[in-house]
Amino acid sequence: MTKYITVIGLEVHAELKTKSKAFCSCSTEFGGVPNTHVCPVCLGMPGALPSLNKQVVEFAIRAGLALNCEIKVFNKFDRKNYFYPDLSKNYQISQYDKPICKHGHIDINLDGSEKRIGITRIHMEEDAGKLVHNGATISSSSSSSVDYNRAGVPLIEIVSEPDMRSAEEARAYLENLKAILEYIDVCDCKMQEGSLRCDANISIMPEGATKFGTRAEIKNLNSFRALVRAIDYEVERQKAVLEKGEEVVQETRTWDDTAGVTKSMRSKEEAHDYRYFAEPDLLPVELDEAWIERVRAELPELPAQRQARLMQDFGLPKYDASIIVATKAMAEYFDEAVKTTQDAKGIANWLLGDVSAYLNNEGITISEFNVTPAHLAELVNLTKEGVLSSKLAKKVFAEMLKADKAPKTFVKELGLEQVSDESAIIKLVEETLAENPQSVADFKAGKERAIGFLVGQIMKKSKGKANPEIVQKLLREALG
Amino acid sequence: MKLYELTAHELHKKLVKKEISSVELTNALYKRIYEVEDKVNAYVTLDKEVALVQAAKVDKKLAAGEAIPTLAGIPGAIKDNISTLGLRTTCSSKILSNFVPIYDAHVIKKLRTDETIFLGKTNMDEFAMGSTTESSFFGATRNPWNLNRVPGGSSGGSAAAIAAGEAIWTLGSDTGGSIRQPAAFNGCVGIKPTYGRVSRFGCVAFASSLDQIGPITKDVTDAAIVLNTICGKDEQDATSLNVEVPDFTKALVPDVKGLRIGLPKEYFGAGIDQKVKAEIEKAVKKYQELGAEIVEISLPHTEYAVITYYIIAPAEASANLARFDGVRYGYRNMEATSTPEMVTLSRTEGFGAEVRRRIMLGTYVLSSGYYDAYYNKAMQIRTLIRRDFEEAFQKCDVILTPTSPVVAYPLDGKMDPLQIYMLDVTTIPVNMAGLPGISIPCGFADGMPVGMQLIGKILDEATILRAAYTFEQATEYHKVFAPLGGNNK
Repeated sequence: MTKYITVIGLEVHAELKTKSKAFCSCSTEFGGVPNTHVCPVCLGMPGALPSLNKQVVEFAIRAGLALNCEIKVFNKFDRKNYFYPDLSKNYQISQYDKPICKHGHIDINLDGSEKRIGITRIHMEEDAGKLVHNGATISSSSSSSVDYNRAGVPLIEIVSEPDMRSAEEARAYLENLKAILEYIDVCDCKMQEGSLRCDANISIMPEGATKFGTRAEIKNLNSFRALVRAIDYEVERQKAVLEKGEEVVQETRTWDDTAGVTKSMRSKEEAHDYRYFAEPDLLPVELDEAWIERVRAELPELPAQRQARLMQDFGLPKYDASIIVATKAMAEYFDEAVKTTQDAKGIANWLLGDVSAYLNNEGITISEFNVTPAHLAELVNLTKEGVLSSKLAKKVFAEMLKADKAPKTFVKELGLEQVSDESAIIKLVEETLAENPQSVADFKAGKERAIGFLVGQIMKKSKGKANPEIVQKLLREALG
Repeated sequence: MKLYELTAHELHKKLVKKEISSVELTNALYKRIYEVEDKVNAYVTLDKEVALVQAAKVDKKLAAGEAIPTLAGIPGAIKDNISTLGLRTTCSSKILSNFVPIYDAHVIKKLRTDETIFLGKTNMDEFAMGSTTESSFFGATRNPWNLNRVPGGSSGGSAAAIAAGEAIWTLGSDTGGSIRQPAAFNGCVGIKPTYGRVSRFGCVAFASSLDQIGPITKDVTDAAIVLNTICGKDEQDATSLNVEVPDFTKALVPDVKGLRIGLPKEYFGAGIDQKVKAEIEKAVKKYQELGAEIVEISLPHTEYAVITYYIIAPAEASANLARFDGVRYGYRNMEATSTPEMVTLSRTEGFGAEVRRRIMLGTYVLSSGYYDAYYNKAMQIRTLIRRDFEEAFQKCDVILTPTSPVVAYPLDGKMDPLQIYMLDVTTIPVNMAGLPGISIPCGFADGMPVGMQLIGKILDEATILRAAYTFEQATEYHKVFAPLGGNNK
């Protein structure tokens, strides 16, 4: 069977978190009573004109710099013409042939090897409103309502080069991109709410071929999982088409997450002719270098830099550091926690282990996590100091999830202090040895394993509170 | 003299001297409107109650001895493509025939601050696309000089209202001559300011890179007064210019000594009515007598102006008019069973033939595969036209041309659209270059007014106002009133 190479490029739309819309002063707040964050401009009232929100340009510059792009000091807006009821002017103000950023890249790391994914361009544009069909589906609805609250909310579209060769690479690229956008604070990156949206251009070609295959554009990928599944599905679909001796059709397809398939939306012939032309209502954007340099100087620490810092300053392994920096909130949580503990690795272990497991289970992010960094740090300290065994620490952690109080409170409330007092433990050791002569004999006969059983018995007697190290020490002394 | 025959600056004096009240004046205008409107059809909508309330407010101020702006209490009218809060704004189209705006255009806000009176909204070619005001959904406007003739367009209602004494001042909009040509056809003064001088916010866009609002008045002084109110930077219009606005009435000095007036030979060639040409030549002589220096100039790309315009303007219009889809406001077909069908039928039924023609034209020239051959090429020619003027202005201070190669023609629909398009050759290049241009009356041909156009350098409205004022002071054409002759059968 022919071996195929997968070629993937991503187009990512990120809603910018400016206070007001791109071309009017309406609020960008998500949700709200339909059609309350609107004005003549975003409603496309006759005679209304756009005026550019400078913050949009600043955020686009910031994104461009963080993604290693050239910032184009001369760029301009264009009209992208198509009819759709959620588009109040029936054209979208976008950037066509002169976008604000070009030629950037993101470095991704998969299985220890680094790969550079090119970014073709970043352009600014406005979002459309939302259609609400007053029925179960479009076709069964007798009418639709339109909410223009989102109309005119600023977006940047980040277009990658077709540099990715697998779903994993695409996922890594999107994760990196998302982290960077979060770090520079230009986007909420909530895929579920649609503030970060992704389309994928996917094609396959036989190994050794020099020309890319015909691509399909897949829309409606609103989670990482959807991205990976859609790519895997689409690659198999295209393989099947080629294996049958047919040709892949250039078309736009949509991902059906429930059915787990991509479906044809429109072919190349049905594709819109957007009839782009320069937006005459806005002047071309001319950036002065001083502005760009100011934004560059104010750029916050980016994930890659932060990862290096965590490795250097706290001695964290690369893997731990990379996971912690992947989301800005997690990295901030870590930074906050290590303010009150010396045991950075301890914090990392919790974050990568029980904390992540809990968040995944609950389907929440660390911003919604109810345990404060200081309390987690205290828990780490209590373990480190020997007050809690790791087992008891987990028990306390479980309590903290229910109500975030200082771990010490739970230790007291539950009477969980670890017993390190030798006189108390020696009593338990003696009792246990008396009750288990066979094990003692086994040990003396050279069966090292027997000591594990005895330790277990002692711990049981102490209800898990005895310091295991001291138990070991006293037990060995007692056994001579 | 009847009150409606006076100018704004004359009436202002009467108001201040308390010889008349604003309510009296406003009532006199409505009386005149009721007398002649069934012959002229200059208005789409009247707003008498609100106008009288506003007039009473001004009278109260006058009674209290307060100082008032020049335009306060003076009744004017607004072209129906300028958004007026709470007052129907139709663009003379079926698709907006019941549309009441939720906001005021920037110029309307400014005029309200000056406490002017809005008598109503004036008729126009549908969406300002036309040169005759015949394409209005509300019926054609008639020329008060001869009711069998067109008033010009697209601001035909605004110009006819002035000529017929149905308003003291009006606002028009000019995309390719839509203020200047009707002003010429009706014996009025009309000025298209420099592109960016007046905010377009609230002016329903036809061709965004060409549209500009301006006044139509009885004399040059009134034009300067209205300009003083409406000009200036507006944060809501990115294309409005952030430059100081001079007091234009200061430019009204009767002196053209040493002024270099350029005559572009391309504007006097084939197609010009010989009687119109003779009147313009008389005006040129007058300027010489007044001490101006006449220089021959050339604007070599003039012949491409009209075709270029009919690519750029429809292209922009095809996008600008896309928002009229029956979804949010305006006419909606209620029989459609799907959204695409509703949009298609609403637009097909809501727009008139000329508007549909231009939308199709604009859509075509922007289509992939045609963009470079048409739109892109047209934009390049536009640059050449602009350069023509820059070079010409090395040799002269103002350019003098006929406003239109012809006088107002019969209203019989016999003219071929292409033939009408070509007549705009004298006004279109001025929009393409973004320059200020004024039309003032300078004679008569076949009993119809002839207009002379003075074109100025970018932002140099002052010089064309001075030149126009000087001519006006030396002549009587602006004092002749339209006879409302002919019949409008």
